[in-house]
Amino acid sequence: MSWVNAIIQGILVGGLYALFACGLSLMFGVMKVVNLAHGDLAVVAGYIAIGVITVTHIPVLWSFLIVVPVMAVLGYVLQRTILQGALDRSVLATLMVTFGLSVVIENGLLQFFTANTRGIGTGLALVSGSFSIGSIQIGYLLVVIFATAVVVLLGLQYFLSASRYGRLIRAVADDKEAAQLAGADYRHVFGIAAAVAFGTVALGGIAYGMYAQLAPTTGTDTILLFAFAAVVIGGLGSLWGTLLGGVVLGVAQQIGAQISISDETLAGFIVFLAVLALRPQGLISRGAQS
Amino acid sequence: MSAQPNGERPESGTPLLEVRDLVVHHGQLRALDGISLRVFPGEVYAIIGANGAGKSTLLRTIAGLHSPTAGSVLFDGKDVTGLRPERRARQGIVMVPEGRRLFGSLSVEENLQVGATFAREGPWTIERVYETFDWMRERRNQTASQLSGGEQQTVAIGRALLANPRVLLLDELSLGLAPVVVQRIYGMLPQILAAGLTVLLVEQDVSQALRVASHIHCLLEGRTTLEGTPASVSADQVEAAYFGLAGAAPGSAPEGSES
Repeated sequence: MSWVNAIIQGILVGGLYALFACGLSLMFGVMKVVNLAHGDLAVVAGYIAIGVITVTHIPVLWSFLIVVPVMAVLGYVLQRTILQGALDRSVLATLMVTFGLSVVIENGLLQFFTANTRGIGTGLALVSGSFSIGSIQIGYLLVVIFATAVVVLLGLQYFLSASRYGRLIRAVADDKEAAQLAGADYRHVFGIAAAVAFGTVALGGIAYGMYAQLAPTTGTDTILLFAFAAVVIGGLGSLWGTLLGGVVLGVAQQIGAQISISDETLAGFIVFLAVLALRPQGLISRGAQS
Repeated sequence: MSAQPNGERPESGTPLLEVRDLVVHHGQLRALDGISLRVFPGEVYAIIGANGAGKSTLLRTIAGLHSPTAGSVLFDGKDVTGLRPERRARQGIVMVPEGRRLFGSLSVEENLQVGATFAREGPWTIERVYETFDWMRERRNQTASQLSGGEQQTVAIGRALLANPRVLLLDELSLGLAPVVVQRIYGMLPQILAAGLTVLLVEQDVSQALRVASHIHCLLEGRTTLEGTPASVSADQVEAAYFGLAGAAPGSAPEGSES
């Protein structure tokens, strides 16, 4: 039964990884920005959530109503300023800039909030409670996070396929010069895409803060790595691939943990490396069929 | 078929599009060297020339994709030299780029919708595009990259028309297409012009350009070698101007005429 349990827990935690991964995938797919600060931005969102909850006393779950818009605006502004500035030079420059951003955020958080870990909503029934099916205990929180991930991916899919800006985002990703000739300001469209990506990362940060503990270094040593692994396993540029990648990563980790608790992270990265070696385009790949 | 195929140019009034002493560099290379032209409303103005003559560079500079080293682009009397391509497109300078450049992962209809997103007021709607190019409606949900070259070119034209341009820039429509397809696409021009459009086109295929144009302008290595109506220039003159043969340039704008 413990193996079944491991697989179920793995699948559910995959939803959390998908929340991290979809924004990373979107930004790479649209502006070819590999955002090395992605994990740190999730942590920033988590800290903002803690601040908002402390100050306004709004229910923990509703904090996203403030944090997501704040992060979206931050995403738009960062994209229109330093990220676009880097893009105008070269794709490589965006790596340097986002790496620099990551260092700045991490040290800024250390400076102002110390290295202590913080949780969001610890003690809430939702966070610590669980229900059981047979002998398997399932936490409410992971179910909520997984459901959130599915809703976010459905929302993203709808936005990209059916809305005006979603269409422009796909057009700009295909050919930004041709989009300019059609009257589209691709910088603005990039900004919108970044806003959406940052909105998803905000949800990821809040979810992680409830699921585990946030510290200034969590962004790079955990979130960014898992997000990358999920994107690569699932297939770059594929929205639902991020969920599949997250689930595969999560299941691998939980099975690894069953073998030995110290093998949890290792097992995840073995799968990651195996996919890179055997199927570098990822499990779901957009362009591989054609 | 065009406004005034072989007659006089409507030289009176202000030109819709004017280029003054344009100099454009690609790095060290002087791609355009003092080009001037005036396009009047309703004209089909053809720029001809061999590969590397600077035709596409000229068109792309007018669309705003290249910044000139010197000179200016005027649209409806206003200087647009400093405007970004998307601003120019919204004002009515719309280009069909070389190589079609459709949004390959979008469907035919989505390509058209993008073209209509920032459209000016005007006669073109997606419905009208479907009426004009009747095959397009039933294939509107197909991905653009699945279409043949000629079909893609037609969608690219449709996408540009949906912006309701005042001047349509056509860059090498014939490139990579079978002659019969090229014929068909150029055959649609009168229909498009009937909606009150001015066309500035770049074409390597001289006979095609002479057939549709009301005015031709030949470039050679970034300079003007010949200008005039198709009726006013002889085949020998065109050949000399096109290839840069000795004793060329007896046209209305010989080399070195710009100050």
